[in-house]
Amino acid sequence: MTDTKSSDKSDREVVTGVAPSRRNFLKFGVSGIAAATVSTWIPESVIASQPAPIVDDEQAPKVGEQRVQLTVNGQLHKLNVPANAILLDVLRDRLQLTGTKKGCDHGQCGACTVMVNGVAINSCLSIALQHDSDKITTIEGLAQGDVLHPVQEAFWEHDAYQCGYCTSGQIMSAVAILKDPTIGTDDASVKEAMSGNICRCGAYKNILAAIQSARGKMEGKV
Amino acid sequence: MRTFDYSRTQSTAQAVNTHAAPGQSFYLAGGTTLLDLVKLDVMQPERLVDINHLSLKQIERLADGRVRIGALVTNTALASDPLIQEQYAVLSQAILAGASTQLRNKATTAGNVMQRVRCNYFRDGVSPCNKRQPGSGCSAIGGHNRSVHAVLGTSDQCIATHPSDMCVAMVAIGAQVTVQGPNGVREIPFADFHLLPGTTPWLEHALLPHELITHVTLDAPIKDSRSAYLKLRDRNSYQFALASSAVILVMDGQLITDARIALGGVGTKPWRALEAERVLIGQKADLGLFTLVGAQAMHGAKTYEHNAFKIPLGQQVVTRNLRDLTA
Repeated sequence: MTDTKSSDKSDREVVTGVAPSRRNFLKFGVSGIAAATVSTWIPESVIASQPAPIVDDEQAPKVGEQRVQLTVNGQLHKLNVPANAILLDVLRDRLQLTGTKKGCDHGQCGACTVMVNGVAINSCLSIALQHDSDKITTIEGLAQGDVLHPVQEAFWEHDAYQCGYCTSGQIMSAVAILKDPTIGTDDASVKEAMSGNICRCGAYKNILAAIQSARGKMEGKV
Repeated sequence: MRTFDYSRTQSTAQAVNTHAAPGQSFYLAGGTTLLDLVKLDVMQPERLVDINHLSLKQIERLADGRVRIGALVTNTALASDPLIQEQYAVLSQAILAGASTQLRNKATTAGNVMQRVRCNYFRDGVSPCNKRQPGSGCSAIGGHNRSVHAVLGTSDQCIATHPSDMCVAMVAIGAQVTVQGPNGVREIPFADFHLLPGTTPWLEHALLPHELITHVTLDAPIKDSRSAYLKLRDRNSYQFALASSAVILVMDGQLITDARIALGGVGTKPWRALEAERVLIGQKADLGLFTLVGAQAMHGAKTYEHNAFKIPLGQQVVTRNLRDLTA
């Protein structure tokens, strides 16, 4: 790749087609923004990569596949997936909802937490087929347009992350906990209920503060 | 991850028939153990039989006072059920002491009963392990055997602890496991459901081929009893027990008139301490007595290189639970 290459048509499309927001920066890697300025070290394939459009499967499932209907963030998807397709991977790779993260891939870290029918689960320990007809909410489904969910807002305000990799899982657990009347509202109960979400940066103190702050806002107390 | 077939079933009979078809089948409920171990290639299904659509999600009080729990009741639903919290506090506490919120939301009652051991040599897929590969040997004996390795009920073939907290409460309460198989329905006493490793550690439970757990029915609550679960572990949450105790007591003033004691984290199966109960029943509540009861509970323990601390810890988790419950 050369400097000349960086100014050709495909690169301009990437730069203009994807507004340089923090979200897009994280979602598509460095391609959209860095291509305009630092063009010497980014592989062409990365710069040229655009998310493929999400297309439901119209045809009958192939051998080894089965049909599944998932309502994700309010949108119905009809997909053909193999039996061993893990829900997390279908969300990330098939539906391009890459806000949900793969951490340990064994239900030990909580980075993959999503809500299924309003309940927080580890999406790495489900096959997609066992969620036929389920309603799934991922981190992408929390904000209302440009208005962040109060828990997202609180995580921002309280700097409740460092590297950010666990954050979407932390937020999904927090949203579920704040809706659950069986979980106590004191700090100890929140810590216990959040213990399935590991933060290697150790932002636990700020995460707790963010959750309790969001509770106040959601109850209209702040 | 290996490939497998998948069958969604609508009735217990259909599930059992599907499971009985040729090829290695596993029932899929929550999947929190199964899919973890399939990813590690420790469990190698040719077919998953999805039972999540069966009508096994009820908690019901039976006419005789017992409480019947459907196989698919989640750990969260069971722990937060008002009847369970009121009549079987030890069970609710034990469930909430295990795993994480997300896992409890998905894990089921029957799945918890069927969960596999946490021994790293079992999970790594390569070390000699008699559970995973009969006759290959036990890497934990002479290996690293500190946290999830037992001191009660071990054999020279396997020393892995049974990892469940819920099952420790259930063995203290007393229960029947209802199973349905190709030859009909039968009940297995909970205390007989999990097997000691002995010379056949790959046989972990009393299920016959293709049998499916449909319910766990708790014995009627003991009248005027109090109960508690105490769990000691390396961190304060989301960690398997180093030692735990489920205690149910009936008291007349300071006199202990009935008692149930079971231990987790120290045994190769959910461990009922019948002799320790006998030492306790008929005596007056007293810390000296509780120390004797704790010692009796760990009687016959055999330690390994890294887990000798489990004998005093097991004694203390019984003694302290008795002390707090009678305070």
